[in-house]
Amino acid sequence: MNATNGVSGPVHDLECRDLVRHFDGGVKAVDGVGFSVPAGSFFSILGPSGCGKTTIMRMIAGFLEPTRGDILIRGRSVLGVAPNRRPVNMVFQHLALFPMMDVAGNVGYGLRRQGVAKAEIRRRTGEILERVQLPDIGSRKVSELSGGQRQRVAIARAMVLEPDVLLLDEPLGALDLKLRERMKVELKALQAEFDTTFVYITHDQGEALVMSDAIAVMNAGRFEQVGTGPELYHRPATAFVAGFVGEANRWKGRVTGVDGADLEVASADGLVLRGRGDGLRRGDPVEIFVRPEAIELSADAEGVARSANRVSGRVAALLFNGAASRALVRDEASGGEIDVALPQSGTLAGLERGARVHLGWDAERAPCFGDPGP
Amino acid sequence: MSAHRLGFFLLLAPLALWLGLLFVLPHVDMALVSLRARTGPGEYAPSLDNYAAFLTEPLYLVAFARTAIFSIIATALTLVIAFPVSHYIAKVAKGRSQAALFLLCLVPFWVSELVRTFGWIILLRETGVISGLLQWAGLVERPIEMLYNDAAMMLGLVYTSMLFMVVPLVSTLESLDDEVIEAGFDLGGTRASVLREIVIPHAMPGIVSGCIVVFMLSLGNYLTPTMLGGKDSLWFTELIYSQFIVRFNWELGAAFGFCLLAASSLIVWTMLRLTGQTLEGTVGEGA
Repeated sequence: MNATNGVSGPVHDLECRDLVRHFDGGVKAVDGVGFSVPAGSFFSILGPSGCGKTTIMRMIAGFLEPTRGDILIRGRSVLGVAPNRRPVNMVFQHLALFPMMDVAGNVGYGLRRQGVAKAEIRRRTGEILERVQLPDIGSRKVSELSGGQRQRVAIARAMVLEPDVLLLDEPLGALDLKLRERMKVELKALQAEFDTTFVYITHDQGEALVMSDAIAVMNAGRFEQVGTGPELYHRPATAFVAGFVGEANRWKGRVTGVDGADLEVASADGLVLRGRGDGLRRGDPVEIFVRPEAIELSADAEGVARSANRVSGRVAALLFNGAASRALVRDEASGGEIDVALPQSGTLAGLERGARVHLGWDAERAPCFGDPGP
Repeated sequence: MSAHRLGFFLLLAPLALWLGLLFVLPHVDMALVSLRARTGPGEYAPSLDNYAAFLTEPLYLVAFARTAIFSIIATALTLVIAFPVSHYIAKVAKGRSQAALFLLCLVPFWVSELVRTFGWIILLRETGVISGLLQWAGLVERPIEMLYNDAAMMLGLVYTSMLFMVVPLVSTLESLDDEVIEAGFDLGGTRASVLREIVIPHAMPGIVSGCIVVFMLSLGNYLTPTMLGGKDSLWFTELIYSQFIVRFNWELGAAFGFCLLAASSLIVWTMLRLTGQTLEGTVGEGA
């Protein structure tokens, strides 16, 4: 196999081909994952903890060798190349700044290892600290920095080496909520500023959706779907993606009628629902997903008369959360609770607990997936 | 006096008694003894003769210098041997093997130092195990004596001190996050540079506290130099012993004791200054 000559088309900054990694005891942490990341884009791997995303990252960084498969950076295989010789750098989960050095020592560490002249190190360290908006803190100790400052120093320390790919291993996890929200925006801006390929792993869908150009949703060692944020959110390819990305009401049931992609489903708790799904036949067990904001809420039956799905019920709870406020509606037919987003127009501002309401949603906003069962 | 203050003094009493009776009182007494000279039977006069005798007698000075230098060498050797051992225990071994290795370091200390030293005598003496093996293998023709020289003594000192170096080193190395070491490699560091710039600076408090303990133990060791050392390997503690017990010259023995105390304090202070550590920072962390 010739990796450099055999490739036609654009050379990607990072390409993984059919990566497999087994651990002792035959556990497959990563099971046949392939993807490519175009130059200058922000790529996220999103998955629950233990899905194998950290293993992928450690294989790209060089701390683990894949059992099978290949990793190419700018078209060249890096298998067998030690971590300190790979053109990738990593921002670690707990940042791993060197406490025994000051900020300039941290940022200059990689350059010193490359044997860059002292004056040049000082110049480039100063430059990169300015680019992350932390000028004049070179002589500060790491322990004197705030959480956000440390974050930026960790990025500067890796970016000063001008890597082809920057790996970020849930670096926002240790920050408090407010700071995390701000760092999301800042990270995206930094990525645009440096124009470097970022590969970001996280279990937080909010982080992935806000920052990424493309997201891979990972579960149990495999990629479920790769796409942009809106694609994953609005057109999930699997039940796992529909349930993991964003909030959704979920029913289990059986297909009772098929008309092309339009399905009629009898849910286990006794509702008859209409949704969309491919390749399903009458009698198949399915899961059906409906997002809270896809559901229309109306005080009278006429308001939802044109919807394919219509349910009436009483408000069991109102969950006020500013723009993301919700109502939990207990439907009359099954007694199950349905999570509904409150409209922002304020038309239902007077809604109270116990009020009778009508819900409706369209079939195309209710994707169905075959349910492999528990 | 209020009950509150009474409680405070009662709590303080054990510490005060311990320090006063076992540390301050004997030392003050020894200092007074060292600063007097015998003028007749049962008659003493204040004098600096004992310290003068120490400074003018080459035998004393040579034994003193030898003891200090050999203790420093023993400390350095112990550090060089214990560091890779500790690094392996703290960073490479995982789970049960980690506990087992640590236990292996500890096990020899369940028997007394005397028995451990006899173990070395069994191995190293002319009719001992190593000499016998070498003859059996045909490597040497006649029995060889490996005891009673500086090398055997150094071996005993390092062996005796190992645990006291390994414990503080393991505890500081364990506190170094693996991520930090990986970051060192990720940013282009080699094994040598990661060790030099990241691992050793982080382990410095442990290194210094281990060195202080090992140095003190070696300097004050009596048994190992006496049993394993040769006629020329006179250890300063042997001199103190002979002044007190053999010659009943408590005045000179006390003066020797204070000279040793001064030397060890000076060397430890120098070591702390050279490495930029503080006594609180190192011993406090190691303990």
